[in-house]
Amino acid sequence: MTTSNSAAQQRIEGLLGTSEAQVLQRWRQMAETPEDELRELYAALRAALSDPQGDFSDVRGLLAEFSRARARQGLTPSETSRAVFSLKEAVYEVVEATGDIETLGAYIWFARLVDDLGLYTFEIYSAAREKIIRDQAEQLLELSTPVVKLWDGIIGVPLIGTLDSARTQVVMEKLLQMLVDTGSEHAVIDITGVPAVDTQVAQHLLKTVAAARLMGAECSISGISPQIANTIVTLGIEFGDIVTKATLADALAHALRRSGVEVTAARSARISVRAERS
Amino acid sequence: MERIPILKLGDILIVTIQIDLEDQSVLALQEDLSDMVVSTGAHGVIIDITAVDIVDSFIGRVLATIAGVARMLDAQTVVVGMRPAVAITLVELGLSLGGVRTALNLEKGIALLDHVWDPAR
Repeated sequence: MTTSNSAAQQRIEGLLGTSEAQVLQRWRQMAETPEDELRELYAALRAALSDPQGDFSDVRGLLAEFSRARARQGLTPSETSRAVFSLKEAVYEVVEATGDIETLGAYIWFARLVDDLGLYTFEIYSAAREKIIRDQAEQLLELSTPVVKLWDGIIGVPLIGTLDSARTQVVMEKLLQMLVDTGSEHAVIDITGVPAVDTQVAQHLLKTVAAARLMGAECSISGISPQIANTIVTLGIEFGDIVTKATLADALAHALRRSGVEVTAARSARISVRAERS
Repeated sequence: MERIPILKLGDILIVTIQIDLEDQSVLALQEDLSDMVVSTGAHGVIIDITAVDIVDSFIGRVLATIAGVARMLDAQTVVVGMRPAVAITLVELGLSLGGVRTALNLEKGIALLDHVWDPAR
């Protein structure tokens, strides 16, 4: 098997060498790809074929670059792999012209090789896509969990969107780190933007509050809508002695009171109207 | 086994743990602290765990016990400087250190003790 493979490799290499111009031209016509890219690929392919070990890493590297560039241009992976597959047809024309049965056998081996390379471009394409999706998910996670300073010694975490374990973990870590960094003794978790609270989310919130307490900070929860309050009571979730408030303003007022800050309204502005003396 | 030093500052005892905690050291600390509370008549104990990376369930329980013993001897215990990772671990283990007061850092811990102790004077 290996001997016939290496024979096929040699035969194809010879064929690609002798009728390079013809194959390249035909390939370019079918692949609709800039000629220099194809020429580069072709050269790499010939180099790999002439190597008795059959090391195709250079070709794969080039193909990966090729596939990524085309993915960025917004071309579909089918178009990219079709450009590679069309090499088979271009070579077949040359093989047919020789009319030699052994060359045909070698061609079958070559066709399988090109199929592999075409599929490889597809793999690279989907890998590149997946990386983009992963990056975006990560960015979203970062984006959606800000920790803001509300007052000296009071920080706030406005939560927006559905809470799951991964997000809650990030929120928890960020909040606790922020408590240490700013030396804040009060934290307010605002869940105005959380559409639904189930037992799991409540459990996560309770854990966050418990962890903050262990570190010596008070944590209150604000922004509980009437529906969520109903759900929590219906589900029978015990918030114990955790302070819960309807709005962020109430929670801030509570935190200020606890830290001994007194806020009084400024003296109301007096409006005086005086008739101008004539 | 390393023994953890206990410092006296006014009527407060301060313990700063700067080594990896072993079960034996923590148990020794518990004994030493109760002796010290009695001999000095301290009204507050501050355990600083800023430098501690790992707190397991046993150490968590001993900290709670220390607080309980100190309370029996009329001293308040404050655990200060717990790291976020340690706090998360303790919560995941289901330990809430009931009866132990906590503060973010040593300064706030001392302030807390003053605040707690003041009315009694």
